[in-house]
Amino acid sequence: MSETSTQREPSSVDTGTAPIVHPSSRSPMNRVLTTVVRSREIAIALALLLVIAATTVTTPSFLFSSNSWRDLLLTPAILILLAVGEAVVVITRNVDLSVGSTLAITAYLTGRLFVDQPGIPIVVVFLAGIVVGGALGLVNGLLVALGRVPALVITLGTLYIYRGLVLTWAGSNRINASDMPDGFLGLGTKTILSIPVLTIIAVVVLAVVGYFLYTSRSGRDMYAIGSDPEAAKLYGLKVRQRVVGAFVLSGALAGLSGVLYAARYGTISSGAGVGIELQAVGAVVIGGVAIFGGSGTVWGAAIGAVLLVTINRALPILGIQDFWQQAVVGALILGAIVLDRVLSARRSRKLIEARDAS
Amino acid sequence: MTMTRSYPAHAHPLWRRVLMTREVAVIALLVVVVLWASATIPNFSGPLTFPFLILDSAPILLIALPMTLVIVTGEIDLSVASVVGLSSVLVGMLHQDGMSIPLAGLIALVVGVLCGLLNGFLVAYVGLPSLAVTIGTLALYRGVAVGLLGTTAVTDFPFKWTNLIQQGFAGGRLPFVLVPIVVLAVVFAALLHFTSFGRGLFDIGLNAEAAHFSGVNVARTKLTVFVLAGAVSAFAGVYYTLRYGSARGDNATGLELQVIAAVLLGGVSIFGGRGALHGVLGGVLLIAVISSALRLENVTVNVINIIIGLLLVLSVMSTSLLGWASKMRRGAGVRGDHARPQKRRVTSSPLQ
Repeated sequence: MSETSTQREPSSVDTGTAPIVHPSSRSPMNRVLTTVVRSREIAIALALLLVIAATTVTTPSFLFSSNSWRDLLLTPAILILLAVGEAVVVITRNVDLSVGSTLAITAYLTGRLFVDQPGIPIVVVFLAGIVVGGALGLVNGLLVALGRVPALVITLGTLYIYRGLVLTWAGSNRINASDMPDGFLGLGTKTILSIPVLTIIAVVVLAVVGYFLYTSRSGRDMYAIGSDPEAAKLYGLKVRQRVVGAFVLSGALAGLSGVLYAARYGTISSGAGVGIELQAVGAVVIGGVAIFGGSGTVWGAAIGAVLLVTINRALPILGIQDFWQQAVVGALILGAIVLDRVLSARRSRKLIEARDAS
Repeated sequence: MTMTRSYPAHAHPLWRRVLMTREVAVIALLVVVVLWASATIPNFSGPLTFPFLILDSAPILLIALPMTLVIVTGEIDLSVASVVGLSSVLVGMLHQDGMSIPLAGLIALVVGVLCGLLNGFLVAYVGLPSLAVTIGTLALYRGVAVGLLGTTAVTDFPFKWTNLIQQGFAGGRLPFVLVPIVVLAVVFAALLHFTSFGRGLFDIGLNAEAAHFSGVNVARTKLTVFVLAGAVSAFAGVYYTLRYGSARGDNATGLELQVIAAVLLGGVSIFGGRGALHGVLGGVLLIAVISSALRLENVTVNVINIIIGLLLVLSVMSTSLLGWASKMRRGAGVRGDHARPQKRRVTSSPLQ
């Protein structure tokens, strides 16, 4: 579960005897190649390609018609954002179940702002969504970090509370496409160089968060915290600060996806995004992020999100009633975690054999 | 190893140990809320409040019993509401095909047991985290339920059965569903608090490895509690179907959150190893009474959801706040008798 963080620090502690960790005898190119080929992300990407190929063979219009290419890229955008935030939280050995409710709050906020403040700049609306989402995430993070209560319980509570807030605020009101300016709604379907704007936003966020997690000090801290919170604390890492940071990021991304939800669907009621938190967690798990933290990447989570959404769209085309979508999602999650278990068991057996042999 | 220090058997006298507990606090709060509601809300003390309170909260009351056992072992089962939905759909479809209600219910129960077996097998024998497994089976079981019936609903249940559910002893004041609730509550309380199986559950929750070495069959015990959760959830599904006279794929969606909220409110530790069934029953009834009282006051469901969420967060926070306060009182160096063991999740050691 924790190989990423244990490999991080080459052992410089041992001064007298032979080094504990031997440098790899393989060439750097060879190592990069093996890592890439064996990576979980490639496996899911292949599964995704397989799904797309199988569906396209049955129904060529799945890929080769004017709108389908756009839809293929556009539909997963919102779930990618949620999955990226969720992945960061899960990497720190926490979970955020409140993202669906946060999405609903900022989606309704977006509509409300356009109704109550006609002519409000779109940038301000985006900022408002991100800030409000981040604030809701901050509440989660502070409760988890200060209360020392599992995030599952806290975010289960805030799932109720945030959803209750938006239900009270919105009541049975519904915000329709006619209430929002065309320039904003256009974002939902506009494409640049045949790539939808929403997808570009999601990919940019993904790249920034991915780069941050992979290279920055605090990003690496998050892996260390997820691998072993106690050890991370003893090592002097700012555990609380990082965990709160992860929740703020997850909340802010959920807030952003609420704004995008409004742009994409045009109709917002208080029921927006009910149950989407399970899809986000599902995407993360399928994407190879260990549910007990410390390993996995946001790339994997994002590909997991695309795979989930694409399978859901492919099922009706393959002749399976779309009522079965959720069952497929469940089977995929189970398959992914069983696979993880088998692979990690094999890896640890190999490590033990290697140690015994030496 | 020899013990060099002797400890008194108990730090506090018996009455303090019995009365100054989290469970009693929840029950006291329940009593206060009932008294307050009876005094201030006109219709609360009427003859209809209690039967409807029981009829509405019966599924949560039922499922909270095995859920307590699951959480005491340090695991969690998020799939219970999906099992309720699946069992409901099965009863509906089998009834549609002409099967009698008891037989259909029995088959639903068997399927519930199978659902629990799958959860328990993956958690106990494959060694997967229950959180991940049951998020997966939550989607899987719900997906099968929705897949089987689609958006249609079966509603033509025989009046004999749907009417029976609404009836009760003492002119309908004590609904018949109280019988299974009371029987199961007694059985589960006995199982958890008065059998070696129950002691084993607490042992596993405190330290699974130590439990293993003291002779508890950890895997089989975990499998058993998940099977119990599946079976009781399926039974609740049969009840749910007849109570509302409708079998739909999305029946009882989100019920798992209410069950877990009630169990944790009742003082069961999410880390496992701590909890008592009377506290859980108090927790379920507390939520039910608050919802029922507020509904009579015409407060909307939304506000009730906010209150349930706040109660859940406050109740879990209160444990750590109290612990923090008592630590401050005792001084930092002294370790309290009740200090909660630190994070026990044993990460896989290279030796395994």
